Amino acid sequence: MNLKSLLGVSAFALMTATGAAQADKLTFYCSAQEDWCQLMANSFQDATGIDVAMTRKSSGETFAQIKAESSNPKGDVWWGGTGDPHLQAAEEGLTAEYISPMRDQLHPWAIAQAESAGNKTIGIYSGALGYGYNTDLLAANNLPEPTSWEDLTKPEYKGHVQMANPNSSGTAYTTLATMMQLFGEDDGFEFMKKLHKNINQYTKSGSAPIKAAGRGENTIGIVFMHDAVKQAVSGFPVKVVAPAEGTGYEIGSMSIINGARNMDSAKKFYDWALSAEAQNLALQVNAFQVPSNTGAETSPSAPDMSSIKLIDYDFKKYGSSDERKRLLKKWDDEVSTLPQ
Amino acid sequence: MRTLTSERTTHPVLIFWIIAGWVGFFILPWYGIEEFFSFEWLVDGYPFDEDYAPAGFLIAQGEKLWLAPMILALVAPLAALGRLKTDPLYAKILIGAGALGFGWMILQGFAIGIRGWNFEWAAALYGDLGDRQFGMGYGALICASAFLFIFTQGIAARGAINGDVFVVSSIGGVIVIVSAFVFFPIAKMLTAAFITEDGGYSLGVFASKFFDDRLWGLGCLSGGRCGVALNSLFLAILVGFITTALGLVFALVVTRSGFRYKKLLRALTVLPIITPPFVIGLALILLFGLSGSVTVFFADAFGIQPTRWLYGLPGILIAQTLAFTPIAFLVLIGVVEGVSPSMEEAAQTLRASKWQVFKTVSLPLMRPGLANAFLLGFIESMADFGNPLVLGGNFDVLSTEIFFAIVGAQYDQGKAAVLAMVLLCFTLAAFYAQRFWLGKKSYTTVSGKGDSGVHPHMPRALSIPVLALAMLWAAFTGIVYLMIFYGSVVELWGVNNTLTFKHYVTAFSFRLEEGGIRWSGAAWDSFWTTLKIAAIAAPLTAVVGLITAYLLTRQTFAGKNAFEFGTMLSFAIPGTVIGVSYILAFNVPPIEITGTGIILVVSFIFRNMPVGVRAGIASMSQLDKSLDESSLTLGANSWQTFRRIILPLLRPAILAALVYSFVRAMTAISAVIFLVSAEYDMATSYIIGRVENNDYGLAIAYSTTLIFVMLSVVLTMQLIIGRTKIGRRMSQSRTNV
Repeated sequence: MNLKSLLGVSAFALMTATGAAQADKLTFYCSAQEDWCQLMANSFQDATGIDVAMTRKSSGETFAQIKAESSNPKGDVWWGGTGDPHLQAAEEGLTAEYISPMRDQLHPWAIAQAESAGNKTIGIYSGALGYGYNTDLLAANNLPEPTSWEDLTKPEYKGHVQMANPNSSGTAYTTLATMMQLFGEDDGFEFMKKLHKNINQYTKSGSAPIKAAGRGENTIGIVFMHDAVKQAVSGFPVKVVAPAEGTGYEIGSMSIINGARNMDSAKKFYDWALSAEAQNLALQVNAFQVPSNTGAETSPSAPDMSSIKLIDYDFKKYGSSDERKRLLKKWDDEVSTLPQ
Repeated sequence: MRTLTSERTTHPVLIFWIIAGWVGFFILPWYGIEEFFSFEWLVDGYPFDEDYAPAGFLIAQGEKLWLAPMILALVAPLAALGRLKTDPLYAKILIGAGALGFGWMILQGFAIGIRGWNFEWAAALYGDLGDRQFGMGYGALICASAFLFIFTQGIAARGAINGDVFVVSSIGGVIVIVSAFVFFPIAKMLTAAFITEDGGYSLGVFASKFFDDRLWGLGCLSGGRCGVALNSLFLAILVGFITTALGLVFALVVTRSGFRYKKLLRALTVLPIITPPFVIGLALILLFGLSGSVTVFFADAFGIQPTRWLYGLPGILIAQTLAFTPIAFLVLIGVVEGVSPSMEEAAQTLRASKWQVFKTVSLPLMRPGLANAFLLGFIESMADFGNPLVLGGNFDVLSTEIFFAIVGAQYDQGKAAVLAMVLLCFTLAAFYAQRFWLGKKSYTTVSGKGDSGVHPHMPRALSIPVLALAMLWAAFTGIVYLMIFYGSVVELWGVNNTLTFKHYVTAFSFRLEEGGIRWSGAAWDSFWTTLKIAAIAAPLTAVVGLITAYLLTRQTFAGKNAFEFGTMLSFAIPGTVIGVSYILAFNVPPIEITGTGIILVVSFIFRNMPVGVRAGIASMSQLDKSLDESSLTLGANSWQTFRRIILPLLRPAILAALVYSFVRAMTAISAVIFLVSAEYDMATSYIIGRVENNDYGLAIAYSTTLIFVMLSVVLTMQLIIGRTKIGRRMSQSRTNV
């Protein structure tokens, strides 16, 4: 392994040396929504004249791709997507350390994200966990409006709640980790067991539960609140809930890929993406996350973060591979196998 | 004639390949250039610039000296030129030169990569190389082909396959490309099943993952959930049987009934295969989901409580049956048409009733088709990814589990590899069961002898239920497609039903400007790329598939079974696994093609080739060998026989292969999602992005457009290639055509 990492470093040095000669290109891996990615790519191209080639894939897919390409990296910068895979990439040395001059303009949580990963990633936006429900279906089934996490475990919601499978979705893993921090490990698992009785399906993708709720295929979906807001703004009968007990959150992140062929362009993009102007682009594409630059504006439709009780989410602990594996295994063995 | 050719001492084919080898080595750029189809290199420092130089120039400049031994292999074949083919030395020289060149090419390709030595022991043994090399380019490609075909000519000269150069070269070529693009990436992927967390290899890791309760659990018998492997197996068997039965029903209606609207029925059955993934699933949800129109209708009319019954086995089963019945139909129609009426007429003459004829003559002769249709349905269901993703509910199947093992929060390549192995075992077992069932019987009915009967109609007792079933299914398919079209012209599917064309405008708007049309719609980029890639891949797939089918049915050679297994393998492996293994295998030299359009084309060729092979085999096993034999006796060689006799009789199979591979290239998703790049984005991956983003209208509008485009392509191909006339009366009034 040592020899490999040594080779990696020398290859990295070599790449940066050759990269300088052709600094007018950028291969941009994007894990946010399509139109936002497109807008970021075009705006950066307009701002700097650097030719951007953008690929949009979910954060899990992008992580898989970067890992598969690690011996011969093709991408330069990876922007967007939930923080966990970025942290994992940092842990595995797939991304490069960089300290941007823009740092002092950022919220403390964005910098904390960077520090927990040895400066190999940084926060670009954040979003709180919560849930949304389909108002029509709730009324049709004569159900009371839920307001807290505890409400979701009530027997009358049996077969009405949907969440993603924490094994396949970062959103659901954030939910699991949030319960651990909110209720403590033992009570947290008790909560997951009670919730399990009401779940009609563990979806594969993180935002699927609220999309199903929007289409009327499901009543309540546990998701990030900005995803639920998006459904409501798109015209679906969805109401967003910030659970009364408090909740966890994600930090959408950005990383430079280790061995990037266009390192200079990657750094330019990194600095630019942390600026207030770049982060304000989110307003144009219905992205309701909270930007990490203190000077950037948040959409008026976005969930008001100051009114949400946020827990002090321990990204370092719950982002580490070991803790993740342990919790997922415990969930697999003790929760998912229970009869419903 | 044949004896004459082998006594000549000039060998045009050999000369051609020797020259090709020299051109590859001394004229074309040896290493890969970024844009395969751009020719900037011609004016950009060629031939001395290291990036674009041919191998000969590199060696002359003292660079990449490890390429030098290949010169020997390029010179040696010249010594064979003046010799007779029967001279033992002729064969020895060619085999030696070809093997040396090809072997050395592979050896250096794998030993030296972008960081110098690829193996630590090599670095330890020979010291640091201080140099590196990138992926192979035009020069290396052509040079490698030259070595290969010089080698196969040597083998042929030694007397293999009666000294038939065409057959030996085809076998050699297919073996090499299948090894490179199927076995090599799969092997690379599967070794991941044995890798422990700290990078070592262990059998224990494999065993613990393989015998996991999640794979084989029988919980569903006692109210819980069954293992994924069992779920997949159960689903695939069901789908295999149902699609084969429905496919046969349609084939019978089209060929053996007085039904008037056969053309319409034929078109309708083609619809589901030209449909991008997810769309059928979404349409089913719109009809039968918790808030679907049918569900709501029944809830209002009869007070039936809406449920989520669609999510799970029932939903996947309906969607897959809709999607794969046409494949069974395409396979069966050729076979049902190909059953020679003279057999049936003979039976009728012997006073068999219509029912007896059908049961004891027609049906048994259709066995190869039935078996192939079942096999395809089974494998398709196993590998299907889009439908379980949308409709699966809590019914997990292998293909989606593999995908999420790789891209999910628990990045676990080892688990994916183990699941892939299980999937592979199932499909191979089905493959062998099929072989066993067909046995060694002969199903040949079309021979060189005159054959001008007309198929009898089905017995009445059969035709009524068959027609009813076909009508019912056709109506159902029709409704599903109407829903899809409807979904593309409403504002917000299921919520706001105002009619609008805005989704089409967003996707496909264009403006007329000075100097041409500006394609300003959001979908054009991926649309053109998809068309281009599919159009390149389809004919290549058909060629490779049919040549392989020809070799498998018409030639006997050692290792034929292994050969057949190899060509079917890629079909049995789900696209997800192919996608990841392609990235692992082809991101580094010697074959470095990730991020290009080539990797997409290659993945399509090898994923879809088995359909061409199966269609070819099914049709060819009905053509009597005496046809080839008479052609060969009259002095044609095997290439001429293949081109003049077999190919024209194979038109339906060619059409099936072309249509299928084109359509699949346009609608494939699971492998593609890993292989698309910024420059080469495909329609399906774009559509999924829109679905993820809730742009259902745009996604469905795009899908609808794709459906129409594919439909017109399919019809055009049908017109150009036409239908075979196997010398049979078209109707009572007309005589033999």
